[in-house]
Amino acid sequence: MQKFLKPLVFVVLLGPALWWAYIIWRAYQGDVAYLGPDPPKMLELVSGEWAIRMLMLSLAVTPLRYLLNAPYLWRLRRMVGLYAFFYVSLHFLVFVLLLLELDFSALAKELSERPYITLGFMAWTILFLLAVTSFNRAQRWLGRHWKRLHRGVYVAGVLAVMHLIWIVRSDFGEALLYLAIVAALLIYRALHKFIPGVRQFVLFKP
Amino acid sequence: MLIKTRKASDIPSSEITPASVYFSRRDFMRGVGGIAIGSAAGVLMSGDAMAEDANRSPALLNLASKPAWLVQKISQRKPAPPSGPFAAADEKTPFNDATTYNNFYEFGTDKTDPSSRAKNFAIDPWSVEIAGECNKPGKYTLEDILKPHTLEDRVYRLRCVEAWSMVIPWVGFSLGDLLKRFEPNGNAKFVEFQTLQDPKQFPEQSSRFATIHWPYMEGLRMDEAMHPLAMMAVGLYGDAMPAQNGAPIRLVVPWKYGFKSIKSIVRIRFRSEMPTNTWKDLQPSEYGFYANVNPAVNHPRWSQATERRLPTSLFMPHRIETKPFNGYADEVESLYAGMDLRKNY
Repeated sequence: MQKFLKPLVFVVLLGPALWWAYIIWRAYQGDVAYLGPDPPKMLELVSGEWAIRMLMLSLAVTPLRYLLNAPYLWRLRRMVGLYAFFYVSLHFLVFVLLLLELDFSALAKELSERPYITLGFMAWTILFLLAVTSFNRAQRWLGRHWKRLHRGVYVAGVLAVMHLIWIVRSDFGEALLYLAIVAALLIYRALHKFIPGVRQFVLFKP
Repeated sequence: MLIKTRKASDIPSSEITPASVYFSRRDFMRGVGGIAIGSAAGVLMSGDAMAEDANRSPALLNLASKPAWLVQKISQRKPAPPSGPFAAADEKTPFNDATTYNNFYEFGTDKTDPSSRAKNFAIDPWSVEIAGECNKPGKYTLEDILKPHTLEDRVYRLRCVEAWSMVIPWVGFSLGDLLKRFEPNGNAKFVEFQTLQDPKQFPEQSSRFATIHWPYMEGLRMDEAMHPLAMMAVGLYGDAMPAQNGAPIRLVVPWKYGFKSIKSIVRIRFRSEMPTNTWKDLQPSEYGFYANVNPAVNHPRWSQATERRLPTSLFMPHRIETKPFNGYADEVESLYAGMDLRKNY
């Protein structure tokens, strides 16, 4: 069962990207029903949604490993993290390719003048650094620095939520939900580190 | 830090993309699009939106009922003039796009919320209260409001503050003709409008996380309201107004950002002082009272220099330059003579 967990999670997390690839292919064939009248904007929104969900999921792997007393979840960490980077990259790609139409002077302007875009770009940069240092050999090279560097994923999570809150025009419901998730995961990690009782607490005993 | 903070004016000429490269890239994107769009867009983008009646389902109006007198009144409307400011020459947005991509936050904040959540919206009976600085205040039924006016088709560009735009054939009449009937007095310097407050029909009005103070309010200066382009609309594409577009009666002010064109109006008040408007009330640094379309003044969170004319496509981006006053400068510029439009955004 545990042997199949990794390939199963791989396929499930690829699902959203495959679904939207199918929608784009349908649009290419002439069926634009799913994309609506403003496809670039639509893809920007859905890629952003999946990016933040994957990022939350990658932050949740370690807490879940402790709470469920399930050491095998460790083996999913890198893959889930790389998926978060993949979806954030798609989000960035849609922005540059479809909304800015590869106009790099417009990109420079957006990055410097619009703080929420700056924050989003910073989160992507962090995830990029984590992705390129995610393989085993980099882990050995970096030694104890590797762990410190990869805690940057929490910074990326906070930046992503700030990026989301900043875009809201009037209803903060969804943004607050993500803020609550990041806060809960961060608080759990802090308590886990310092309070022995929290360290021993598990939801089920095997 | 990887990010260099640079002003647009600081970009060295060496970094500016040569026009030839820029346009060849656009041609490439278009070329791909031309093949891809094929049949579907051929139908969607066809010239006359009025000719699409056959594809249209009455369910898209999302109305509980359509009063017979209103149907008759709309059928007796005058056609749009062949050209001029009342008949934008731009290609019309397809009916299906104009009625499924809406900002009507009372129904929800996603573009598809209004069309999917507005089911059986009740417009009969409907009345509009006229109040404030005028000689004939009172509560008027929708039929009384419309009775003396001849409806007409008008094709206007609609520019949203979010940098997208549409071209819509409205059915309605000049706001000024309506306001004159109530004999505003000398103190009437502004007109204030209010949207229906009804959380049973407007779910977002009871959302705990919505920061808007309902009901939605808007306002115009008296001379803006009396301008012949300012319009009360009761329909679009030759049919009654769908719920998601602001049934049964809404304002359309084509030279201002879309949020000024308040929907589902239940109250009009003549005032001596400038009324508040909902978006300005919520975020005064981002939204002003005048909200004239102005490519030179950016929204703090996005540029207003260009707009995406809907429908766009993945394979054919449809970004166009935004014009001052949404292309109605010749008609309305004089209203703002001597005003600093950077301050009065």
